[in-house]
Amino acid sequence: MFLETVAHEGATFFHLAPLAVFVPLLGVLLNAFFGRRWGERGVAIVAVGASGFAFVIAVLQALSLMAHPEGAVVPIAEWITIGDLRVAWAQKIDTLSVTMMLVVSGVGTLIHIYAVSYMHYDVRYKGDPGRYARFFVYFNLFIAMMMILVTGDSYLTLFVGWEGVGLCSFLLIGFWYEMDILGRPSTANARAAMKAFVVNRVGDAGFLLAMFLTFWFFGSLQFDEVFPRVHEVAAEHPWVLLAISLLLLLGVTGKSAQIPLFVWLPDAMAGPTPVSALIHAATMVTAGVYLITRSHEIYAAAPMAQEIAAMVGGLTALVAASMAVSQYDIKKVLAYSTISQLGFMVAAVGMGAFVAGMFHLVTHAFFKALLFLGSGSVIIALERAHHPLPEEGGHGHEHDEHGHHAEHHDEHEPFNPQDMRVMGGLLKRIPVTAWTYIIAALALAGIPPLAGFWSKDEILLEAKHLQPVVYALLSAAAFLTAFYITRQVLMVFFGKPRSEAAAHAVESPRLMTGVLVTLAVLSAVGGFMNAPGVHAFGHWLEHTLGHVPVLEFDPVVAGVSTLIGLVAIFLAWRVYRATFAWTEWSQDPLRRYLRGLYDVLAHAWYWDELYQVVFVRGYRALAGFLAFAVDWTFWHDWFHDVLIAGGYRRLSRFLSQPVDLGIIDGIANGLGNSVRGLALVMRRLQSGYVRNYALAVMLGVVSMLVYVAWALR
Amino acid sequence: MTVPVTWQDVAALLPEFFLVVWASALLLLDVFWIREKRTTAWLSALGFVVALVLAVGQMGRAPLLAFRGMVIADAFSVFLVALFALSGLVGILLAQDYLARNGIERGEFYVLLMFSVVGMMLMARVADLVMIFLALELFSLPLYVMTGFARPRADSEEAALKYFLLGAFASGFMAFGIALVYGATSTTSLPHMVDVIQAGEADLALLTAGAALVLTGLGFKIATVPFHMWTPDVYHGAPSPVSGFMAATAKMAGFAALLRLFVLVFPVVADLTPVLWALAALSMVLGNVAAIAQRNIKRLLAYSSIAHAGYMLSAAVAFADPHLGPQAVAAILFYLVAYVLATFGAWGVVILLERRIGQEGLLLEDYAGLSRQYPGLAAAMAVFMLSFIGVPPTLGFFGKFYLFRVVLDAGFVGLALIGVLTSLVSAYYYLRVVMLMYMKPGEPIVRREPRVQATVLAAAALTLFLGLTAASSLYAWATEAILRFG
Repeated sequence: MFLETVAHEGATFFHLAPLAVFVPLLGVLLNAFFGRRWGERGVAIVAVGASGFAFVIAVLQALSLMAHPEGAVVPIAEWITIGDLRVAWAQKIDTLSVTMMLVVSGVGTLIHIYAVSYMHYDVRYKGDPGRYARFFVYFNLFIAMMMILVTGDSYLTLFVGWEGVGLCSFLLIGFWYEMDILGRPSTANARAAMKAFVVNRVGDAGFLLAMFLTFWFFGSLQFDEVFPRVHEVAAEHPWVLLAISLLLLLGVTGKSAQIPLFVWLPDAMAGPTPVSALIHAATMVTAGVYLITRSHEIYAAAPMAQEIAAMVGGLTALVAASMAVSQYDIKKVLAYSTISQLGFMVAAVGMGAFVAGMFHLVTHAFFKALLFLGSGSVIIALERAHHPLPEEGGHGHEHDEHGHHAEHHDEHEPFNPQDMRVMGGLLKRIPVTAWTYIIAALALAGIPPLAGFWSKDEILLEAKHLQPVVYALLSAAAFLTAFYITRQVLMVFFGKPRSEAAAHAVESPRLMTGVLVTLAVLSAVGGFMNAPGVHAFGHWLEHTLGHVPVLEFDPVVAGVSTLIGLVAIFLAWRVYRATFAWTEWSQDPLRRYLRGLYDVLAHAWYWDELYQVVFVRGYRALAGFLAFAVDWTFWHDWFHDVLIAGGYRRLSRFLSQPVDLGIIDGIANGLGNSVRGLALVMRRLQSGYVRNYALAVMLGVVSMLVYVAWALR
Repeated sequence: MTVPVTWQDVAALLPEFFLVVWASALLLLDVFWIREKRTTAWLSALGFVVALVLAVGQMGRAPLLAFRGMVIADAFSVFLVALFALSGLVGILLAQDYLARNGIERGEFYVLLMFSVVGMMLMARVADLVMIFLALELFSLPLYVMTGFARPRADSEEAALKYFLLGAFASGFMAFGIALVYGATSTTSLPHMVDVIQAGEADLALLTAGAALVLTGLGFKIATVPFHMWTPDVYHGAPSPVSGFMAATAKMAGFAALLRLFVLVFPVVADLTPVLWALAALSMVLGNVAAIAQRNIKRLLAYSSIAHAGYMLSAAVAFADPHLGPQAVAAILFYLVAYVLATFGAWGVVILLERRIGQEGLLLEDYAGLSRQYPGLAAAMAVFMLSFIGVPPTLGFFGKFYLFRVVLDAGFVGLALIGVLTSLVSAYYYLRVVMLMYMKPGEPIVRREPRVQATVLAAAALTLFLGLTAASSLYAWATEAILRFG
């Protein structure tokens, strides 16, 4: 019906676009002020409603775009007016931004719904039910910020959203800031949040520098004003576009967790699982991919930057995939997997395959969100089996007034519901979670005809034509991807339960499984929107990206990638069959084959340790040097105290005694004395005799008249 | 030839007419009806209030020549007439308790004060040379009498006699100058004179000499060097309220006529510019330097008034420049307001501290420790002293600012420099008063006279708050008080 209205009457819904920002913001305000009073149900309705409304708006934008593919710029407000500089806050509605809007609000709404149930358990297991509303305040704020980011019509507006989602990421990673992921009092979560924020600042510095350069050479940050002049500026200053695109790439490596700045993302798993799904898998971390796609004209003018971006993406894909192989934490596996998949996307958009990159962004949003939500479902299932809430017939002794349930265990190591070693055999206990998880896993592994297969195949196909080296890297990464996800599925769902909790795990509530099923459907069929012969997605983006050459479907590439996936799955099954026999924690079977290399992988290539030594210690050493040696000893003690203060004291002593007392005061006193002397003389003149006074008047008159006579002579 | 007096003529001089009638009536009433002198004081104060209202009522009217061109009611004169009415009111507020406590309260004092104010008002209205002389004498003669009002005190009588003799001497020069000007232009009417001069029919040499002599007469009234010598003696000898009243108003009256004559009629005698320059410079230097040696507060204020006459005159030096004339008038009017406020306030403090007439409580040392016992009074006095020096944010600062701006615009850098340097010198003696009040221990004796105290505090508040808030609007108002003939 809408479609008809739009198509036939030419009406559009572009003017409604600002609501996609403001309605989630309204949700923020409502829940911030009234959330506690309304209780969980009210908070959930407001938050899901706000996010869902944003999705409706996004759908309306998409419908409008079908009739008017050229899109629109929707002004919201005057923002900055300084002299000739006028920056407006406007929304750019085109097929690219609407794609992002749909993903953000669509997947976002699903995750909101999921979180309604998940956070119900989480806030109770963490011991602070009052924090329920706060979570959704941040979540809605994130949706609003993400909308600002993807709809911004200039780098400046985009940057506002970019920083806004960074803030939400910080707030949500550190949501349980006073504990670690096991609920023990600790600063670990807070440190993880800090790490994410600080590492992102490095990238943001690059982004800012890129914006400064852009403004300097283009005189604007508006997309519509910058891009048409790319060739002109490129001809004048060839290095500028390379610099801009590389600095943007630095920003991308921060936000999208690429080498060298990916280290924050694994730690970001400290946030509640819906956060990991929404922010650190489906949406925020893809902002970098969006940024490159949005700046495609700049990248097209800097081939070297394209090669570097593709290499960064390819290397990240492979390195992160290798790290994922040896993790025990169910979410850490997915975290490295996300980094790796983001590497695929960055490699794709880096080498100019923007459609393939964006396509993978969308399908990845489906199946990676599903994987994270599935892992959350597993975690909650184990938690509930371990110690049910009182409302579910639990003893309730686990979360008394002390809050943190883990303290009440006599075990040396508290129960960790995220550790895959305590899982196993969950397929029978929680079948919906398990089957949806397996669908997502297969999609990730690139098994046809699931969504991941089509998008990954397209990237590989493009890479084979454009950058063979990257193709090799990505193929190796694809192999590892299939391997680690199979390992995870086997460890979690197959074999025998390796803990009491796993043996008694209970399926999550309908609200959660419903979302899982929805996402599973999307993960299964989502790939067909750009399958060979369809290419609806490609044509859709063409309105924004210009004509995109469609590569012919290559059965060899597809076959090889499928084969790689199947082989990896088979190998993983061979290796990890052994875990079926695990009864307690024992050595990872892969370690028998890889030995030392396995430890290197398990420690993420000692990447964090390297940064610790090089950057953190180096920085601290430098800071210590600057603070104690330079600032205190040199600057304060010597320069200020000795040189400035001492010198000033000496100078002022010199000025005050010989100069001031001797010379100046001498003169001043002399002057003063002479003035006094003059005054005394005058007082003597003031004799009191009228005749003298009259004489003075007379003399005055006479001298005046003499002067007049002289002047008029 | 009978000269019909029209209602228009009366309307032009309504405040003056009212005051004359009121004062005459009061004189009779005082003799025959009124027992309490206090009543006379209140009635005369009431008269000034009415006159003030009438003067305010004249504001914004078109300039009007009246009495066959003898007087004019223009914005300039109305501005000053209002100020004079207000000054008369303040004069009575300051005087009444003082006279009563010293046993010299006689009804004619208030009547004389009213007549004097009428004369001053007419000084602002003059449009004819004859009128200048008449007005001058009208405001001077009552002042002579009031100076000697502390009869039988010898110093008061001596002061009155000195003032009268020297005043007559100066009036003589003035009359002679008027005669010369008439000779040069064959008219006494100032508007006609302007026509004659513009037509080039005037004898310039005669006119210049006449102008110089008129300047002598007016310079005597505003107490510029070298016509100033009476000032310390008269201010010292006269009853303090009279000194304060004179210091404030006689100067205004003198400047009113001086500005009208020199800015409107005499620009042609540009040769007198150096004369004015010299008078201003001498007044600033001598007034300020001599003040340093004073130990009596009344004499100190007398020299201070000489110095301020110099400051104001320095803006009038630019009279021959047709573009700067209005600016100079505005700057001087503004400075007059600042000066009058601080002068009345300072003399009010003098009155409060003067224990017996002309004897005790007049030395600077008597002000020691004032801040301990009377912090409000001391603070007010400090404000007046700072305003005299020209320290921001008092009104005096803005007054000096506008004055020196005109002087600099006219190109008299040397004069401006003298002004600034002598201001610096003046800080010495003004701050000595402040220093004594705040830093020296002492047991000053202060009278409780609410009317005087209120006047002092009001003047201090105005000096401070007009400076803080309304300096520029006050200046704009002064700028509107343009001198005109028709």
